[in-house]
Amino acid sequence: MPEITLRQAIHDAIIEEMRRDSTVFIMGEDIGAYGGAFGVTAGILEEFGTERVWETPISEETIVDSAVGAAMVGMRPVAELMFMDFMGVAMDPLINQAAKARYMFGGKATIPMVLRMPNGSGTGAAAQHSQSLETILMHIPGLKVVAPSTPYDAKGLLLSAIRDPNPVCFLEHKLLYKSKGEVPDGEYTIPLGVADVKREGTDLTIVTSEIMVHKSLSAAEEVIKEGISVEIIDPRTLQPLDVDTITQSVMKTGRLLVVHEAVKTAGWAGEIMASVSESPAWDYLDAPMRRLAGLDVPIPYNRLLERASVPQEEDIIREIRAIVNNQY
Amino acid sequence: MGTKKIRAEYDNEETTDVFQKAEALGLSKPDLVWMYEVMVETRHFEEMATTLYGLGKVHGTMHLSIGQEAVAAGTGLARKASDYLLNHHRGHGHFIASGADVNKMMAEFLGKDTGFCRGRGGSMHIADVSANILGAQGIVGAQMGIAPGVGMAIKMKKTDQIALVIFGDGAANRGVFQESLNMSSIWDLPVVYLCENNHYGMSAEVERVSGKVPFRDRAEALGVPGYFIDGNDVLAVYEFMKNAFDHARSGAGPVFVETETYRILGHSKSDRNLYRSKEEINNWKEKDPIQRFKKLLLEGDVITEDQIEDIEKKMTKVIDDAVTFAENSPEPNIEDVTEYVYA
Repeated sequence: MPEITLRQAIHDAIIEEMRRDSTVFIMGEDIGAYGGAFGVTAGILEEFGTERVWETPISEETIVDSAVGAAMVGMRPVAELMFMDFMGVAMDPLINQAAKARYMFGGKATIPMVLRMPNGSGTGAAAQHSQSLETILMHIPGLKVVAPSTPYDAKGLLLSAIRDPNPVCFLEHKLLYKSKGEVPDGEYTIPLGVADVKREGTDLTIVTSEIMVHKSLSAAEEVIKEGISVEIIDPRTLQPLDVDTITQSVMKTGRLLVVHEAVKTAGWAGEIMASVSESPAWDYLDAPMRRLAGLDVPIPYNRLLERASVPQEEDIIREIRAIVNNQY
Repeated sequence: MGTKKIRAEYDNEETTDVFQKAEALGLSKPDLVWMYEVMVETRHFEEMATTLYGLGKVHGTMHLSIGQEAVAAGTGLARKASDYLLNHHRGHGHFIASGADVNKMMAEFLGKDTGFCRGRGGSMHIADVSANILGAQGIVGAQMGIAPGVGMAIKMKKTDQIALVIFGDGAANRGVFQESLNMSSIWDLPVVYLCENNHYGMSAEVERVSGKVPFRDRAEALGVPGYFIDGNDVLAVYEFMKNAFDHARSGAGPVFVETETYRILGHSKSDRNLYRSKEEINNWKEKDPIQRFKKLLLEGDVITEDQIEDIEKKMTKVIDDAVTFAENSPEPNIEDVTEYVYA
């Protein structure tokens, strides 16, 4: 299979879906000739023209609202917010419009839209261009939340997201855009709500997503040298959440660590742990469930401070050892 | 006070001769009677809703448009059924003028399973998507943000529809006003903006909270042709809205029409009118759009006193029937409470 970047995988999913379905279109800031802030939409304007590539003014609220409007009358918009942080300017369209229209109109409206949002730290962009705010979205019934970690997952999940009849928030970790992975030629989809076991193991389950999947995989490679076998579950979609795959894994390993870049307080690690604690997996636990998450701080600018504010491979290794050796 | 305008001249000429005006606008006698009936039907609907509220039968609050009926009737006649309607929370008249079934509206007020939203939305969120009525907003002005997307879809689908978006003076001070009109302007979207200026956003008097009025001037600043008209003159409303629809339908881009009217009752059921005088309210009651149009119709011999009486009786029955329908309708099933969260 050919290897392509995550950026290319997302680009390919969009352009292939636009070729297949004339109701799919894209909208957002600088997505035309510029190709999008991260180059994802490069070349789409050239193929489809301004009729299906709507390059907007800096108007995040109306970008997301308009995606809702177009979706409500039969189109399938794929809108882009340049940075996930900017959803702060577009919260009403997300929480009061996209998420609510179907329900409050008694099932009469359908909102098949995708909102792409680059998230995550590591680029030195500081507090307003580095956040991982997915937990806020998970808290709103009516929204779906997708967070891929590999090019293969990104393409298959984005195709499903575009075809889904609901509003889907699609996270893209900025540090993963250049990461490569095998992606088959031709069309394939990955259903929303199905987790993937990224590594099989027997001693401890790590539930994690996006870039933390890769850091966890590296950590697992390290601790296997000590005889610690780690299983890594990537939920891939945070809403709906595949709780079964997680609980099955915990019943096998008896230990759980949740790792995410989003800040710890009220982060989604708590949701995973609560789901395990109210499931039959609770009886199988041999150690307290633990979470490793971003510190409760805005992402700082300085390289060292920025690195210190989110989990790193060495932190994950430390946590794995602590849990397995009962040193928490 | 800076450059704030307190009063602006209307862009319309006052209708004094109904026959002459109707002829100029190409309106038939049934058209005129239809607008009158819609106004009366809306008034009866809202008066009944407030009665039911008093009896404890309406669960939530409601926002009545008594005194503003001419805006809805004139607009409803100008709009084609294929045009999309994005409504505001005080838009019962616009639904009725768009042909919405008052039985289903009343059922929604009572939270019944037969209501437009199967009891999930209530008075604030009436929608009938299959009839191009894309719902009403509880978030003041959010419909302005949604409208360009509908306009974009119309352009992509190459139909000759219009997205009609209605909001009040309160909404016009929101940031999304600028975003929405700007976006429709740069892309010549088929969006008609109707600002129903009823003088108050809850208790906030429009001139106290607005740097400059009329809002028409703001639309003009964004490249959108704007008009400021007497919203209690139903024929003027029809005239300007018809022109706005024609302009937008021709591909020439969005239009903004601001209709000055007055909210006779309070903002919602909790309002005790502490922020305005009885005298002011009574002055506007003198300009009641229904009485004004009735006078014109009688003076122009379009209609007789007997016919006026028949319309009253007819609409009383229509609304009574709606109440009967709503009261006899079942409540939604409790087991279905999570239905419709996701498609």
